[in-house]
Amino acid sequence: MPAELNSYLLVGAVLFVCGVICMATKRNAIGVLMGVELVLNGANVNFVAFSKFTTLGLDGQVFSLFVIVLAAAEAAVALAIVLNFYNNHLTVDVDRGNKLKG
Amino acid sequence: MVGETLKFWLMIAWLLPLAGFVVEIFFGFYSKNPRHSKAAAWCAVGCIGIGFLCSANALRIWGNANEWCVLEAAEHGDPGDTQADAGHHETDSAEHQTAYSGVIYTLGVFGSLEVTLDYYIDSLTLVMFTMVTLIATCIHVFAIGYMSDELTDEYVDHSAHTSDGGHVHRPGRFYRFFAFMSLFCFAMLGLVLAGNIFQVFIFWELVGICSFLLIGFYTERKTASDAANKAFIMNRIGDFGFLIGLMVLWTFFGTFRFGDTVVDEQVVDQGLFSMVHRDGTGNVARDEVTGDVLITDTHGHVLTNEDGSNRQIPYYLLVVIGLGIFAGCVGKSAQFPLQTWLPDAMEGPTPVSALVHSATMVAAGVYLAGRFFPMFVQEVLLTIAYTGCITLFLAATIAMVATDIKKVLAYSTISQLGYMMLGIGVFGWAAGLFHLITHAFFKSLMFLCSGSVIYGCHHEQEMPKMGGLLWKMPITAFTMLVGVCAISGFWLPFGLHFSGFHSKDAIVASALAFIHANPAHFMLFLIPLLTAGITAFYMFRMWFYTFVGKPRDQHVHDHAHESPWVMTVPLLILAAFAWFCAYGGESGHLYLMLTGDEPSHLAADVTAATAGGINLPGHAAIHAVHDDAGRWALIAALSGALIAYVLYGTNVVNVEEIKRQLGGVHGFLANKWYFDDLYDALFMKPAHKVAAFCAWFDGAVFDRILHGAAKSMIVVSKWDRVFDETVVDGFVNLIASATQSVGASLRVVQTGRLRQYVMFIVLGVVALFAVMFTTFPG
Repeated sequence: MPAELNSYLLVGAVLFVCGVICMATKRNAIGVLMGVELVLNGANVNFVAFSKFTTLGLDGQVFSLFVIVLAAAEAAVALAIVLNFYNNHLTVDVDRGNKLKG
Repeated sequence: MVGETLKFWLMIAWLLPLAGFVVEIFFGFYSKNPRHSKAAAWCAVGCIGIGFLCSANALRIWGNANEWCVLEAAEHGDPGDTQADAGHHETDSAEHQTAYSGVIYTLGVFGSLEVTLDYYIDSLTLVMFTMVTLIATCIHVFAIGYMSDELTDEYVDHSAHTSDGGHVHRPGRFYRFFAFMSLFCFAMLGLVLAGNIFQVFIFWELVGICSFLLIGFYTERKTASDAANKAFIMNRIGDFGFLIGLMVLWTFFGTFRFGDTVVDEQVVDQGLFSMVHRDGTGNVARDEVTGDVLITDTHGHVLTNEDGSNRQIPYYLLVVIGLGIFAGCVGKSAQFPLQTWLPDAMEGPTPVSALVHSATMVAAGVYLAGRFFPMFVQEVLLTIAYTGCITLFLAATIAMVATDIKKVLAYSTISQLGYMMLGIGVFGWAAGLFHLITHAFFKSLMFLCSGSVIYGCHHEQEMPKMGGLLWKMPITAFTMLVGVCAISGFWLPFGLHFSGFHSKDAIVASALAFIHANPAHFMLFLIPLLTAGITAFYMFRMWFYTFVGKPRDQHVHDHAHESPWVMTVPLLILAAFAWFCAYGGESGHLYLMLTGDEPSHLAADVTAATAGGINLPGHAAIHAVHDDAGRWALIAALSGALIAYVLYGTNVVNVEEIKRQLGGVHGFLANKWYFDDLYDALFMKPAHKVAAFCAWFDGAVFDRILHGAAKSMIVVSKWDRVFDETVVDGFVNLIASATQSVGASLRVVQTGRLRQYVMFIVLGVVALFAVMFTTFPG
């Protein structure tokens, strides 16, 4: 495996871990969404790196484009949910959304 | 071409009554006022009347096409020549074809075997068609008057009782009577037109069911429904033999067809009649080694199987075929030993007795015996002769003591059918069928007369309550006298003999010629001769009993009246035919038409001894003894009539005294030779015993087994319930409670905190990766 790839993967891993920690620690819903974006982009970095350094070819780049589109869609949906959440609870604290607790 | 034309006209005559039946039965259901309308009757009369015109037209066409060849040939030369000529005409089909056959409709094809509806038209078919349609027309018209008391919404049946002792009240069934009569005419004409033996069987059963329906017309009367059942069951016994015969035929000949189907002078489908070839002596062609009967083609050449061997049928199976078919005839024509159903069948309305149970359906047995004659071998014919001989004597003796006017006629019918069978059995083929036609006329006449008497006497059938009715109902009385003279076979000057004289003479002459050739069978002549006297006796007894002497029941006599014109006109027409239909005797048209299509092997003269040790009397032999036989028969008839006159027409002898002195014989005859009791003891009682045993066995064994099975089933099901509740339910409950406890423990994990979930996801992902890398390293 070329040395350059490892550094890309390292960046991707850092982004992923940052995103996960962000999701796990933030109580603000917007913050959680940001964490999600970080996780997705960490994955994107990996896709592009693999397409560049392995036989994956253009497939990896196309796939990362897909992920970006999906992320946009997901953000739109999630923000709509957050807005509604706010309308009902007058807060965006995700810990308050435990109505479905078993 | 002629065949097609004949087929066309006869098909119309055949199918019109079927159309009539459909119209009448639905008219009865859907018209507004069926109980008071005579429309159904006129529809039936119209159908059968047009049928008669068609039949007569067909007869005319047939005659013209053949240039009345048979009749012309007869006018110069003796009957022996005639026969040779007629036989020639039949065999030489290209020049003078007298029999036409072909296919109407194919029912089914099984490989090389076909089941079809065929037609077979020869002079016998045409004469039968004309006779049946003519008589049926007269009887239908008569029935309009006779059945008129059914034209009501509330018919009171004085012979049927309800459980509380009152009379049965029911709606009138006028339309239904005529619908059944039309259906019967259709079936009967189909039987005559049929071109194969299987088709005959179909219509055979159809006339049987019509007979059943009509005998049981007054179904509320127990006697009537019993009689209908009896007739049907007795006929089944004969039909059993019929079926066996059919199966053997199908197996060995592979066809049911009577005649050859000829197209452009080429034989397309060979029929049964040409498959059994006979030599000049009337013997069937047989294999020299095995003795089996060879099956030949139309020209007498032996047919071969695929492997080159000759097609043949064992001789005894040919006998089985003949006896089987004849068994059917025995049932249908009420011959010994199946004769007991016909007297009981008199429970039906009198027009039914006249049409179905004297003129047509019961004669169908004789017709079939005549039609199937080419397939009968000597042994079968001898059986037919003796069966007829026993029957004619037995029935005639019973008729001497019967007191019910219709029962006398019923036994007389059986006796006369016996004559016909005898005639066919002693090689008097044409004589037997000749008598069939003449008998149909005079017996239907007499039945209608008895119907007129019964109608006039308000449904009184017992002759001891009648008497002195001569000037109360003169037309009925004198037409009845014509019938009585005809059946007795009286001779008159100037050739105006009654028809029965000719036909009975023909039979007696055949019998005499037969015993001349075979002296061992002398009973076949003596008994018919004796019975000719008995016939005259019981017939005149009936006439004197009914119409002359002092009125024995003043009430009946006071209310007796002549019937309306719808009933007397048919009587007059039938009387004319009963008197003159055989005009000219053996050189008359009727007889010569019948002999025109006589089976050709009958034309031979007295020949060498044949297989059964029987000698065939030829036409010349019969003709030689004809005058002798006629004289003897006439003497017998006159003496019978004279005795009847002395006993019943005058007051010289006290009949009751004679009856008392001969009490044993009288009782024996009045109990019908104890045949009903014999059958009761032989078949009914054992059947009841078997039934009782079966009932006991059913209760004692089968019910116990069933009850035991039910009880053990209860025990098993109780145990099954325990098993169900503990094991099955327990298992299901265990699964449920396990699921529930797992759910309860998982509930703790479900905190609702999003961040915690993310942590779980991350930890899960890390765990998955860890597992993956440890499992698939590198």
